[in-house]
Amino acid sequence: MGMNDLEDFRESVGESGPVAVVGGRTHWTVGGNPTDDTRLVSAPVGIDSFDPSEMTVSVKAGTTLKDLNEELSRYRQEVCLEGSSETTVGGALMIGTDGIRRNLIGSVRETLLQAEYVDAKGKLIKAGGPTVKNVTGYDLCRLLVGSLGTLGLVGRVILRTRPQSEKSVWLQGGLQPEEARHVCFQPSSLLWNGKETFIQLEGYGIDVDSEVLKLKNLGYEEMGTKCPISIPRFRHKFVNGMCLDGGIVDVYSSILYKSTEAAEPQHSNEVVRLGNKVRTMFDPSGRLNPGRDPYRAGP
Amino acid sequence: MNRSRQGDQLFRELCRDIGADRVHRDGASQLLYSRDGSAFPGGIPGVVCFPETTQHVVDCIKAANRHDRSFVPRGAGTGLAGGAVPCDAPLVISTTKMNSILEVNYEKRFAWVEPGVVNLDLTKSLTGTGFHFAPDPSSQQSCTIGGNVANNSGGPHCLAYGVTNAHILAIEVVLPDGTLVELGDVDGHASGYDLRGVFVGGEGTLGIATRIAVKLTPDPPEICTLLLDFMDVADAAKTVSAIIASGIVPAAIEMMDKRIVNVVEEFVKVGYPTDAAAVLIIEVDGLPKGVKIEVERIQSISLEHGARSVRVASSDEEREQIWKGRKSAFGAVAQIQPGYYLHDTVIPRTKLVEVLEAVYEIANRYELIVMNVFHAGDGNLHPLLVFDPQVPGIMERVLAAGEEIVQVSLDAGGVLSGEHGIGLEKKRFMEKLFSEEDLAAQKLLKDAFDPDGRANPFKVLPSGASCGEVNHLNQLPDGAWV
Repeated sequence: MGMNDLEDFRESVGESGPVAVVGGRTHWTVGGNPTDDTRLVSAPVGIDSFDPSEMTVSVKAGTTLKDLNEELSRYRQEVCLEGSSETTVGGALMIGTDGIRRNLIGSVRETLLQAEYVDAKGKLIKAGGPTVKNVTGYDLCRLLVGSLGTLGLVGRVILRTRPQSEKSVWLQGGLQPEEARHVCFQPSSLLWNGKETFIQLEGYGIDVDSEVLKLKNLGYEEMGTKCPISIPRFRHKFVNGMCLDGGIVDVYSSILYKSTEAAEPQHSNEVVRLGNKVRTMFDPSGRLNPGRDPYRAGP
Repeated sequence: MNRSRQGDQLFRELCRDIGADRVHRDGASQLLYSRDGSAFPGGIPGVVCFPETTQHVVDCIKAANRHDRSFVPRGAGTGLAGGAVPCDAPLVISTTKMNSILEVNYEKRFAWVEPGVVNLDLTKSLTGTGFHFAPDPSSQQSCTIGGNVANNSGGPHCLAYGVTNAHILAIEVVLPDGTLVELGDVDGHASGYDLRGVFVGGEGTLGIATRIAVKLTPDPPEICTLLLDFMDVADAAKTVSAIIASGIVPAAIEMMDKRIVNVVEEFVKVGYPTDAAAVLIIEVDGLPKGVKIEVERIQSISLEHGARSVRVASSDEEREQIWKGRKSAFGAVAQIQPGYYLHDTVIPRTKLVEVLEAVYEIANRYELIVMNVFHAGDGNLHPLLVFDPQVPGIMERVLAAGEEIVQVSLDAGGVLSGEHGIGLEKKRFMEKLFSEEDLAAQKLLKDAFDPDGRANPFKVLPSGASCGEVNHLNQLPDGAWV
């Protein structure tokens, strides 16, 4: 797609008929599969502008996280979106789940500053604004993140970026979560497998080294820059006392990662009713990602 | 039934439902609750209610619905955009008596509070626990957490920590139809649409918060505050951009220009350099060695960009002294002129130099005094036009200059508001930033929450109807904060 690719994208979405955007298919089944009659379209690709001194990047939704992060890392910056190398920016935003580094880098919902999306009528709509601080009108960007593309199909976004940490290291040791969380100031990740805790520290090298020393004195072992345990795919809500059953707990966000799919989450009738009213207002004919339901997605 | 008799009936039902001592409609109350901290003269509230429980709020809204009345949620009334100004004789629902901290959970780092808890009271209650509530609007000694939620409030330390939305985990809300609903969850990852996220910043037009789960942020082990002075405003602005470009995101970067520095120094005598064109207050926090690195880098960057001196606070007392000047700015302004009008726009932080130059040029052209004291780190401008309201024709000049300042900010790629909100003040500018279709999309959200349009009507989105005379600024604020 060329200069007019947002307009091309708008035309490809059209004004009628069931439609969904396909990205890297890395989270394709979250919240349900689109119905068989759904037409699949692709979002435009490419980084429009990146000003490191502004700490914002304008990027089209079909761009992969790998390509975006490669560009940002040239200036030692990153975005708060996590996924595999094929995950697209639009896909990560529409799924909207935070990664295990949320304690340090914040939530995906804080990352989206502006979105241009095609609505159910086939019109291009702009939500939010380009600046890092903005309370101008209703923040529809909040609503789009985690919406599974049921309110609008995102074509281009402006994201907040952040500086990369100078040093990152994982440690593994025997403290239980409630003890481990008080040892260091703001670890980026704290995981627990039911026996041991795994702590990721990030920051200036000199500070990280001091914190590492504290943990080593408590019997922790340095494990390098990559997460030393494999994190299963499915997210469950973790409640104290729950059997881990081979899963891994993200202690700060109370998410239990398991290899088996979670049961459908429970929501109050009032919340679902309000959410469905929002969906119906934005997409009265139900043509955007039919078959998908954010309330059936996991935590 | 005519409106007066209907009002009598509504009053009686409210007295019956929530207790007569919690329902006011005397002249003094109506006058007191007719306006907020903004420049708007305000309307007249129908009845003012002071609920003390969630059920009281439900009862208030149901009574309003029975009589086809709108309602206006109200915290401390410190808002600067007219968001709490009552239009069309609504029920004013003040949450100031719902002011308890209900639960503090240090393990999971959250606290449930009622909406009428004052921001600074929450901060004080957490002192010594190792945690704090990060949003710190300059009105924090009087504004409420409910008001912070409604306006998605900011403050100097939101540069690194984020505005209120990043610090609200869950909210119990009474919707405009009287339904009680809990949005979000204390773990911060409720699935489904982020209705909590859009409620924050909804300016009371989507319902009323009755309980709020706030995030507790760990206190940083080390804090360092710097005072930098410059002989050229442009050098100060370039320093801000250069610091961010270097990969440092301080906890706060505040800028004050020469005029405000002089007024403040005269008022509180905190040792600001009165011959400087501008000063920057920069605060960095975190682990001690990283803080030291950042202080050294900021010193180096600022000296490269023309800083005349860099003062590093060497004690808590000195740090508090530096902040005292900044926090006294708006009290100090009253020493030189009886009136001021405070603007709030955001621009890309790399455009600070050109937009500040334009702001000074606009003020000069309209023969007005402008002072700049603002959150430079995130590009959140607060040009402050000070004047004597008794001077004939001055308001016309103030408003015309203000409109040009808004336009200059938009032309630079900015937005209408960084923390004051739209309220009544800026809804006439919304069409400058959003297309008709963009605004229609925002209206869909309002309609989903409030199909009958009863929650704080006439605010945020432009509409054909006006709130009495409130589209015309013809009076001045008694006080204002940023």
